[in-house]
Amino acid sequence: MLHTLGLLLGCQLLGEVTARGFGLPMPGPVLGLALLVLILSAMPTLAERLRPTTTVILANLSFLFVPAGVGVIGNFEVLSEDGIALLAILTLSTVLSMLAAVGTFIGVRHATERWAP
Amino acid sequence: MTDVASLWSYLATSPLIWLTTTILAYLVADGVARQLGNPPWANPVLLSVLLIAPVLWLTQTDYTAYFEGAQFIHFLLGPATVALALPLWDNRDTIRTSVAPIVLALLAGSIVAAGSAILLARAFGLPMEVLLSLAPKSTTAPVALGISEAIGGIPALTAVLVIMTGIIGAVTVTPLMNLLRITDWRARGFAAGVAAHGIGTARAFQVNPVAGAYAGIAMALNALLTSLIVPLLVRWLV
Repeated sequence: MLHTLGLLLGCQLLGEVTARGFGLPMPGPVLGLALLVLILSAMPTLAERLRPTTTVILANLSFLFVPAGVGVIGNFEVLSEDGIALLAILTLSTVLSMLAAVGTFIGVRHATERWAP
Repeated sequence: MTDVASLWSYLATSPLIWLTTTILAYLVADGVARQLGNPPWANPVLLSVLLIAPVLWLTQTDYTAYFEGAQFIHFLLGPATVALALPLWDNRDTIRTSVAPIVLALLAGSIVAAGSAILLARAFGLPMEVLLSLAPKSTTAPVALGISEAIGGIPALTAVLVIMTGIIGAVTVTPLMNLLRITDWRARGFAAGVAAHGIGTARAFQVNPVAGAYAGIAMALNALLTSLIVPLLVRWLV
């Protein structure tokens, strides 16, 4: 477990240093994710050693968002008088975005499968 | 024997009580959700927040004091994001064959997420700084806050809107996809990750591991794309 946590934090740290050092518009953990994929492609056997801990972390991903979620309640006043309009916009916009993504994904998949040799 | 007031003053200054409260609230919320078969409306983040909020209100604890304890949980979002590398690695063969759907669905989902938010905010006549705070709402919080600040939004408002978007996406994705009879877990997961970042990804992992992997890819790629397209969309649509 400690090996895995050390590797995850190390990748995040390198990601943060790279993102900040070069002023990249990506968060450090996302660069760390890309770095870990590169490490796995160089050392495929590492995957099985990481799996027990990463499975536990990802199975409880919702838990990690609870403090930020409580922050919504704590900062409700920033929504001020626009609260209802914002809730309507967020719901509509999120549904539209999911429709665009899923429609494109399925459409392009069908098109490429049809034209593939 | 110490009196209640001095016991409370000790607890209130230590991270222990809010760390414990957060874990207990989540265990209850997740337990209830599992008992019910993880229906989309019983979102564990939402249920946990609804359990913790009255406790903070009754004890007159402000968010800063709560976060002193809860920050240790919040911090783990970083390594958890890095850990998404593993499901991505596990699904590398199917990902390699679906590069075209991934890239185009990313563009479509990301542009519609930001573009529709901007246009709807204009239609509702919202103030400019609220519109600008809303534009990056579908990407992961650290990126969204940076974009909001750069284009003239209010980062504190963006932080709230990002979390609300995540919860809305996590609650609506399953009924929406079932209604459309979409059975491809890759497409369902990808949509959740593009529109609703990490909270959508957490929902996807709750439903199906392949959906989770694709949600993770979508979230990671959208972190990059949103920071590139939101400034452009703001220039064109505002």
